[in-house]
Amino acid sequence: MLLRQNFIIILVFFGMVLSGFIYLNNNQCRCHQKITEQGIINGGTGTTVDPRKLTCNQQITEQGITNLKWKQNTFGLRSSPGLLYNQPSALVGSRTDVASVSPWSAPIVWEGTFDSKLIDSIYKQQNLTIATTAFALGKYVRFVKDFLESAEQHYFVGFRVHYYLFTDQPELVPEVKMGENRSLTVLKVQSLKRWQDISMSRMEKLEKLIESELASEANYIFCLDIDTKFYGRWGVESLGRLVGVIHPWLYDTSRDKFTYERSPKSQAYIPAGEGDYYYAGAAFGGSLEDVYHLTKTCREKMSIDAANSIEAVWQEESHLNKYFLLNKPSKLLSPEYMWRDINERAAQIKIVRFTNVPKNYAEIRPNP
Amino acid sequence: MGISGTMLLRQNFLIILLFFGLVLSGLIFLKNNQKSCKQQIIEQVFIEPKWKQKTSGLRSSPGLLYNQPSVLVGSRTDVASVSSWLAPIIWEGTFDPILIDSIYKQHNLTIATTVFALGKYTRFVKDFLESAEQHYFVGFRVHYYLFTDQPESIPEVKMGEKRNLTVLKVQSLNRWQDISMSRMEKLEKLIENELANEADYIFCLDIDTKFYGRWGVESLGRLVGVIHPWFFDAPRDRFTYERRPESQAYIPAGEGDYYYAGAAFGGSLEDVHQLTKTCREKLLIDAANSIEAVWQEESHLNKYFLLNKPSKLLSPEYMWRDINEKAAQIKVIRFSNVAKNYAEVRPNP
Repeated sequence: MLLRQNFIIILVFFGMVLSGFIYLNNNQCRCHQKITEQGIINGGTGTTVDPRKLTCNQQITEQGITNLKWKQNTFGLRSSPGLLYNQPSALVGSRTDVASVSPWSAPIVWEGTFDSKLIDSIYKQQNLTIATTAFALGKYVRFVKDFLESAEQHYFVGFRVHYYLFTDQPELVPEVKMGENRSLTVLKVQSLKRWQDISMSRMEKLEKLIESELASEANYIFCLDIDTKFYGRWGVESLGRLVGVIHPWLYDTSRDKFTYERSPKSQAYIPAGEGDYYYAGAAFGGSLEDVYHLTKTCREKMSIDAANSIEAVWQEESHLNKYFLLNKPSKLLSPEYMWRDINERAAQIKIVRFTNVPKNYAEIRPNP
Repeated sequence: MGISGTMLLRQNFLIILLFFGLVLSGLIFLKNNQKSCKQQIIEQVFIEPKWKQKTSGLRSSPGLLYNQPSVLVGSRTDVASVSSWLAPIIWEGTFDPILIDSIYKQHNLTIATTVFALGKYTRFVKDFLESAEQHYFVGFRVHYYLFTDQPESIPEVKMGEKRNLTVLKVQSLNRWQDISMSRMEKLEKLIENELANEADYIFCLDIDTKFYGRWGVESLGRLVGVIHPWFFDAPRDRFTYERRPESQAYIPAGEGDYYYAGAAFGGSLEDVHQLTKTCREKLLIDAANSIEAVWQEESHLNKYFLLNKPSKLLSPEYMWRDINEKAAQIKVIRFSNVAKNYAEVRPNP
C-alpha cells in the first residue's frame, strides 16, 4: 500500500516537473520568436524599438503588416576610382530647350542631362533588384511578347529585374527568353468586365503584391502599362524614391487645361489654379515603401469614390495626379519615358524610350 | 517491519526531495535562459547608432498656391541646374522658396550647424551668428555647435525661437593647417556622441564668413557639396586637387567633377559621419607618411566627393568670394567669405 502510495507520489511529481518544463520551454520559444520578429520588423524604418516594451506576450499580427521590413536603400552614390568621363559643367546646361529640375529641386530626366556610363557605374555597386509590374487581361495579353522582348533589350540592361505579370489567362503568356539576372513571375487574377475597372483594380493588386512579396526583396519598383514597347534605354537614371512620368500629351499645356478630375465630389479633385504637371498613369515607380504608400492611398481614395458613386474622369490616373500633387515626386521622367507613338515626333524628344503602341481600342477593350 | 517501514519512509522522503531539487534547478535554469534571451536581443537592437529616421516624403499642403512650373522653359539658361549623375545644382531661380519651405515645414526638422573659432578667429563669431539668425534656415530649428579654445570670448548673440548655441571647448593648436584639419575628427566625434539621434541634417561651415541672403531648405539633401567660388568656370585640370600620388587625396589629371569648397558641406548625419570619418582616416595616413595635402582637408573632401558623389550641389551663391565681388551668374550672394588680413589673423603663415 505504502509502496503504491509512493509510486503515485513519485508519478505526480514527475508529472508536475514535466509539465513545468514543457510550459517554460514553450514560453521561452515564443518569447524568442516574438522578440526576433519585432526586432527585425521595426529595424527598417520608422518606429523605435523600446526594449522595455518587448514582453513575451506582445501581439505582432497587426504590427507585422504596418511595419513591413523594407529592403534598405542606404547606399550613397559611390563611384569607381579611375572611371573616365567628360567633365560636367556648372555653367553650361546640357539641355537649354527644356527644364531639367522642378521647383522643388527634383531632377527632370531628359536625354543629355545625365552621363549613362557614370550613372551605370554608380548604381552597379548597389546590387539592386528592380521589380516591374504589368497587367495583361483579356485581349491585352497580345502585348506581352513585344513588351517583354523589348524590355530585355532596353530596360535596366545589366541589372537584376523581376517582372510580375498579372493576367487572367496565364496559359496565353508567351515564353520569352530572359537575360541573366532577369525573371518573370506570372500571377493569375480574375477577369473584370469593364476596362476602367481593370485599370483601377491595379492599385490594390500592387499594394498587396508589395505587402506580401516585395518589401524585403526589391529596392525599386516600376508599374507599367502593357500596351507599350521599349525603343531606347530606360536605365538607372530613372531611379528615385518617388518617380512620376510627365504625360506625353500634356507637357506643353497650362495647368487649367490638364485633365485633372474637376468635380469636388471626387477624392481626386484638383481645383483650377493648382497642379504642377500632368503625370501619366501608364508609368510610375520608386522605392518599395513610397510606392506602397502611393498604391494604398489611391486604392483607399478610389474606394471612397466608389462608395459615393463617382468615378474619376481618368480613373486611377486622376488619383495618381492628386497623390503626386500632395506628395511631390523626388524625380520626374520626361515624356521620353512614356511617349505617344514611335512614329510621332516632337522637337524636345530626342529619343523615344518607351511608348504606347497603336491599337484599335474598340476591338481590344471589353467595353467602350 | 517497523525498521523497514521507516526506511521506506525515509527513502520516499529522499526521493521526494530529489525530485524537488530537480524541479527547482530546472526552473532556475530555464528562468536564466529566458532572461538572457531577452537581453541578447536587446543588445542586438542597439549595436548601431540609431540615426534619426527620415522617412517622410515631400508632402505639400493642399491648397498652397504658386506659379505653374514649366517643362520646357528652364528657369536658368545660363547655368547647369543638374549634374551628370542627376544631382540638382541649386541656383537662384531653380527652386520655389514658398513651395519648398511649405514641404519641409511638415517634417519637424533639426539642422545641426558646426563652426570652429580658434585663436583670433573668435572675432568672426558675432557677425556669423547674427547674420545666420537673419538668413539661415529662418523659421526652422537650428542648433549651432561652436568649437573654440576661448569659450569666454564668445559674445552673447540673441537667438530666435527654436534656435540654440552650444559652445564646446577644444585645445589650441599652433598651425592654422592643423586647426583646419583637426575639424574632421571633432565633427566625427560630435556626430557619434551627440547628434546621431538628435538632428536630421548637419552643415559644417567656416567661421570667417557671413550670411547676406537666404540659405534655406533648398540646400538639404543626403550629401551636399558646395561648388568653390573660384573654380566654377575652370577646366578640371586647373582644379587645385592634390596631384601627388603619395597622398590619399590624390586625383590624377583627367578626373574630377567639380572643385568643392572645404568651407561648407553637409547632409544627413549618417552620410556626413561617413565623410568626416573617412577624411579623418585619410588625413592620418598622410600624416604617417609625412605628407600634407595642398589644401589640407579640402583636398581630402574633394577626393571623397569624387568617389561618393553628392546628392545635391550648391552653386557658389552658397560660398562666395567676397560681398563686393560680382559675377554674371551670381544673382544672389547668400554666404560669403569676409575680408581679412590673413597675416594678422592666422597663428602662422
